[in-house]
Amino acid sequence: MIITQKKPIEEVMAMVGDAKTVAILGCGSCATACQTGGEAQVGELKATLEAAGKTVVGTAVADYCCMALGVKGKMRPMVAANPDCIICMSCGDGVQCAAKNAGAIPVYPSNNTMFLGEAVRFGVWEEACHFCGECVLGQTGAICPISQCAKSLVNGPCGGQKNGKCEVNPENDCAWIKIYERLSATNQLDKLTKTREDKGYESVAYPRTITLRGKK
Amino acid sequence: MSILKDALESGKFGVTAEMAPPKGYDFSEQMEAAELLAGKVHAVNVTDMQSASLKASGLGLCIKLKQAGVEPIIQITGRDRNRMAIMGDILSAASFGIDTMLALTGDHPVVGDCKESKPVYDLDSVGILKMLSKMEETNCDCGGNEIAGGAPKFYKGAAVTPLYEPLFLQVNKLRQKVENGAMYVQTQGIFDLDTFKRFLEFVDKAGIKTHIMAGIIPLKSAGMAKYMNDNVPGIAVPQDMIDRLAAAAEEGKATGVKGLPGKLGIEMAAEMIAKIKDEKLCDGVHIMAIGAEKNVPVILDKAGIAI
Repeated sequence: MIITQKKPIEEVMAMVGDAKTVAILGCGSCATACQTGGEAQVGELKATLEAAGKTVVGTAVADYCCMALGVKGKMRPMVAANPDCIICMSCGDGVQCAAKNAGAIPVYPSNNTMFLGEAVRFGVWEEACHFCGECVLGQTGAICPISQCAKSLVNGPCGGQKNGKCEVNPENDCAWIKIYERLSATNQLDKLTKTREDKGYESVAYPRTITLRGKK
Repeated sequence: MSILKDALESGKFGVTAEMAPPKGYDFSEQMEAAELLAGKVHAVNVTDMQSASLKASGLGLCIKLKQAGVEPIIQITGRDRNRMAIMGDILSAASFGIDTMLALTGDHPVVGDCKESKPVYDLDSVGILKMLSKMEETNCDCGGNEIAGGAPKFYKGAAVTPLYEPLFLQVNKLRQKVENGAMYVQTQGIFDLDTFKRFLEFVDKAGIKTHIMAGIIPLKSAGMAKYMNDNVPGIAVPQDMIDRLAAAAEEGKATGVKGLPGKLGIEMAAEMIAKIKDEKLCDGVHIMAIGAEKNVPVILDKAGIAI
């Protein structure tokens, strides 16, 4: 899931600025789970905007703001109402997707997009992947050294752990000690002794496109 | 040819010191220390913004040391430079006759004094060594393109922390460093020889063959020792050393004599070095005096070490 966090409301209001009419687009997937863009948050933002003297001319919650076709249909009525701006309560991708369907109407984000991660408990999310493009989890006991090690080290730990905790943030466990423990438990320590290929970055030159429809 | 390589490979007891460039552009203090170190050590490590604290870049001080007749070891971390920038610095270093390097991953900017700086870590210590070894082997750069006039040869080193739990992980990484070109290693500061011996045994059992230089940190006070115990990974100063330093401070207070803990620290460092050499525990020592480089010749003298 893409984990988002609400921007401070002052920042959102500053983007809205002098706009008199506003529409709000929420997201029914990740942002709903993160409580940053579901029905409830759309309602709260609407109330805040109205309290500030704005007219909210339309609200909608797309099933997935990252699905271009669905977003287009959901946004049709609010675009037709021609507001001064649209606020999109999704991740950064959803905001960009919405903007592509908004014609000449400016689209603003209400969230900061934080990371790809998982809900470990209700209301608690942890980072778990950096989209590095060459997954190494098969060699590292399904613990990601790219996102779990503060230095994204691929050949083992640095010398910076103290009592198993990371020098960068002592609240975090050293990823490589976790990898070691997991590989010990699964009797796969030999995976650590094998020489690994260098991690290169040519394949992650962005922006990237993946298509299942033949050559783009 | 690298003077350190020459010493270690001919079976001499290797001695290196360490020096940090200033946070500024006046290198005179470093050059004064260099004068005292000349002829007393095989080489001097020049740190690469250690503790992620901003300093003049190491290459500059390495060049100055080289010109002053002191052999520099250029430390290269992966924190601030991608593989292109690292290779570029290595080529520049070689053009000044610098031929000894030490690869490190590098402390994270968040623990340093320019916290907004973007961490790079394109390559870690193993990756840096691997890249340079491949460069030497193929005479090509990191993109596989030919290097005009061929690649320079460096005597490459790495660091290791003997006090580490689980030791398997540290020694496994050491093995990768050695397999990828590290011909010598300098250790984190050693204060307890039993811990060090356990580490050496582990390395031996793992079949790792390299020249090991024991890290020596001369203590200046009980406070410094306690601070390092609490804050520096891989450091454990035994309580009896801390007690002796505290007692020396008390004695100084009572007698009005200044600098007694520092003197004791010098004695303890010299004693440690002499023991390591007498017991033939490893191939040399690396003295990290942390700003008190002028003490290094005194320590070596007391330990009875001449290069």
